[in-house]
Amino acid sequence: MPELPGTRHPMTGNEMSPDAVGGMEHHDFDVLVIGAGGSGLRAAIAAQEAGARVAVVCKSLLGKAHTVMAEGGIAASLGNLWPEDNWQVHFRDTMRGGKMLNHWRMAQLHAQEVPERVLELEDWGALFDRTSEGLISQRDFGGHRYARLAHVGDRTGLEMIRTLQQRAVALGIEVFMECTVTELLLDRTGETPRISGAFGYWRETGRFMQLEAPSVILATGGIGRAFKVTTNSWEYTGDGHALALRAGASLVNMEFVQFHPTGMVWPPSVKGLLVTESVRGDGGVLRNSEGKRFMFDYITDYFKDETADSEDEADRWYDDKINNRRPPELLPRDEVARAINSEVKAGRGSEHGGVFLDIATRRTPEFIMRRLPSMYHQFKELADVDITKQSMEIGPTCHYVMGGIEVDPDTEMSKVAGLYSVGECSGGMHGSNRLGGNSLGDLLVFGKRAGDAAAAHADAMATDRPKVDPADVSSAKQVALAPFEPTGEHTENPYTIQADLQQVMNDLVGIIRTADELERSLVEIEKLKQRAQHLLVTGNRQYNPGWHLALDLRNMLLVSESVAKAALTRQESRGGHTRDDFPLPDDVWAQKNLIVGLDATGNGIELTEKPLPEMPDELKKLVE
Amino acid sequence: MTVTYDLKMRVWRGDQSGGELGDYTVEVSEGEVVLDAIHRLQATQVGDLAVRWNCKAGKCGSCSAEVNGRPRLMCMTRLSDFGSDATITVTPMRTFPVIRDLVTDVSFNYEKAKEVPAFAPPPRDPDGKRRMMQTDVERGQEFRKCIECFLCQDVCHVLRDHEDNKTNYAGPRFFLRYAELDMHPLDTHDRRELAQEMAGIGMCNITKCCTEVCPEGIHITDNAIIPMKERVADRKYDPLVWLGNKIGIRNRDYDGRTESHRVE
Ligand code: SF4
Ligand code: SF4
Ligand code: FES
Repeated sequence: MPELPGTRHPMTGNEMSPDAVGGMEHHDFDVLVIGAGGSGLRAAIAAQEAGARVAVVCKSLLGKAHTVMAEGGIAASLGNLWPEDNWQVHFRDTMRGGKMLNHWRMAQLHAQEVPERVLELEDWGALFDRTSEGLISQRDFGGHRYARLAHVGDRTGLEMIRTLQQRAVALGIEVFMECTVTELLLDRTGETPRISGAFGYWRETGRFMQLEAPSVILATGGIGRAFKVTTNSWEYTGDGHALALRAGASLVNMEFVQFHPTGMVWPPSVKGLLVTESVRGDGGVLRNSEGKRFMFDYITDYFKDETADSEDEADRWYDDKINNRRPPELLPRDEVARAINSEVKAGRGSEHGGVFLDIATRRTPEFIMRRLPSMYHQFKELADVDITKQSMEIGPTCHYVMGGIEVDPDTEMSKVAGLYSVGECSGGMHGSNRLGGNSLGDLLVFGKRAGDAAAAHADAMATDRPKVDPADVSSAKQVALAPFEPTGEHTENPYTIQADLQQVMNDLVGIIRTADELERSLVEIEKLKQRAQHLLVTGNRQYNPGWHLALDLRNMLLVSESVAKAALTRQESRGGHTRDDFPLPDDVWAQKNLIVGLDATGNGIELTEKPLPEMPDELKKLVE
Repeated sequence: MTVTYDLKMRVWRGDQSGGELGDYTVEVSEGEVVLDAIHRLQATQVGDLAVRWNCKAGKCGSCSAEVNGRPRLMCMTRLSDFGSDATITVTPMRTFPVIRDLVTDVSFNYEKAKEVPAFAPPPRDPDGKRRMMQTDVERGQEFRKCIECFLCQDVCHVLRDHEDNKTNYAGPRFFLRYAELDMHPLDTHDRRELAQEMAGIGMCNITKCCTEVCPEGIHITDNAIIPMKERVADRKYDPLVWLGNKIGIRNRDYDGRTESHRVE
């Protein structure tokens, strides 16, 4: 493995490069991956296997990325339980779940390639749950016609990240843990700008680093931290989205934010914490305060033909999928989240503003303990609720952003030469709403594709490597150090600004939106941007979370503005974007994407409309 | 309505050059966990208080620390376990060098992870799939629940009390990993020699402290360490293995597996 010829930091034990000119470290790679979740690791593995010199940088320790929170599974038409399943059906489910706004080519590649990506995990040591024949078992999930999710109890994400982590370690991929990238670097000497690397800092020491690479893959995940009630951790501040914008790339579908229907609502400490969809996939149902299974009242025309209209039919479906239709609890997430919202608004909610998710009366304690061990644990430890005996109180929580960096479907390259994007921070694959189980597959399929393409790109650049402009590096340094310098008398605390932003996004850009509130949100975001000019942090550069947050805030504000502006512009309701003032989908909007770019000032964003890519006829037939 | 109260906390602050417990009072509410209190401190009083966390749900293993001297995940330690007038003391994991405040240098564990030879499966079945029975994967699945919080490493006296053991002792988390691979129905490596020599499993004297702190409830000692020790012992004392090693034939239990050796 490529040993760093460096020393160890006296204080932290981290490996450092031998040269630290001007207090800065320099490193040189072929492919630099930013983010060590599922997509980043899969991309790094592909690039390393293709012969590139690869490094991964990540804000946390290796193996802690948000992928570990994915509970349900990886949707792949392996056909282990239902031989009728194939990529065509998976493609259809994905497109319909995304209300046809998905980039058809991404949905196609995903459905076609994900089975092999899953089997590959098994080659690397993953231990999925088995069928009675010893094959990978598959479970039911919302929006999927067949039981399709390869899983390990309710901790599939952990299994996936550990498998990829162990594979990356076996290949000797260099990992820079607890490092944050704050700026991408460009070579602007040619006709069009090319990526030349990235600038960042070690969180432990605050020391700056310059990472040179002709290919950079953004795998930074989502933006959920901009919302108050969220399943996302501190890392999800839209770094990749904002870095890409500032480097000249574009974002697509930013108005579509997924609110997962089932987050914990009580106690306040855990509000927003994810309750896996597997509870419903394994037989759990939603009830209101009157004990009614209310989802039958919320079956929209779009899904009428494939959804059961009686409790009997719904209950039969778990064992006989051919002759029965899917229970309405397993409609796509946007439908279920809206229904819960309406029940609560109508005064039929639970004590703490949610509804009830009941599996206790429907499955045996043994079944629940075997299939949902971490959910049992989570409710027992954090809420004193025994889910084998009692219902869970749940409500919608911000979970995932469908929108992200606009990329070429086959290579995942953005508008900027050498800049790639994969996973949650890239856009297009999920259209207006992501189906559960399609995220982990997305990470694997496009991670591999991006890694291959990025390695090839680096190879093509071998004789003419893009150069770093020292002026960009010194301005990046200045920006990074600004929060230590008071600007005038008025100063702001980053934690306060973050909390205010989360409140604004939650209240005004949440699950149900109106023009009036969205306009107000933009005014508020603008004010927050002004206040953020005066950030001041205490302490020094050594492992200082206040400083880290101050730098991440800039990204959060930019992506929040993107979401709010796009949401205001799209005058219809579709998937993860619901407008109270335009409650129905619209045929004209059905043909358009909204593209976000940086505006001329460099501090704000601007929107353009773009027609959807034309789907080939043979695929059109599959979705009709 | 949510009941709030003022909690007294002592939190260790400092770095490798030294530090001390700071006294704080922070407002907390019913149902909250230690990590909530730490976050509120950070947001309102000490913006630069260093702490690791990610999931806040006991799933990522980032927020390990010692709460009143006991190794715990801060996000899964409820304040109600202590009573509202108790003072809660939070210190960093003691076995690892401190970086700052509650953050420690856990790179030891990442180095040890590199020493375990990777899973090595045979080719897939002719239809491109693999077949394993649920009962055969369950043992490994228990071990793979590990969230790498390193609390077991923190509490194991072989590491905690003897700094120099770190070179030759991988610790319970990695005994788990050796056992997982050894019990994998498809693996083709025999890692028993490595578990003994490089990972130092012989130095574990089965105190079970690791099992007691594991937030995932993995039976580290009973299900991983003891069986692994037995397997290692079998290899050492089984005359057949000894003979097999001499003349190059395989032993029955480990048929089809190739022995991994230490690479210097
Ligand atoms: S049982 Fe062994 S590994 Fe576990 S704490 Fe005791 S000595 Fe350490
Ligand atoms: S075995 Fe348990 S205590 Fe040890 S690292 Fe894993 S989860 Fe933590
Ligand atoms: S924050 Fe993930 S385990 Fe505590």
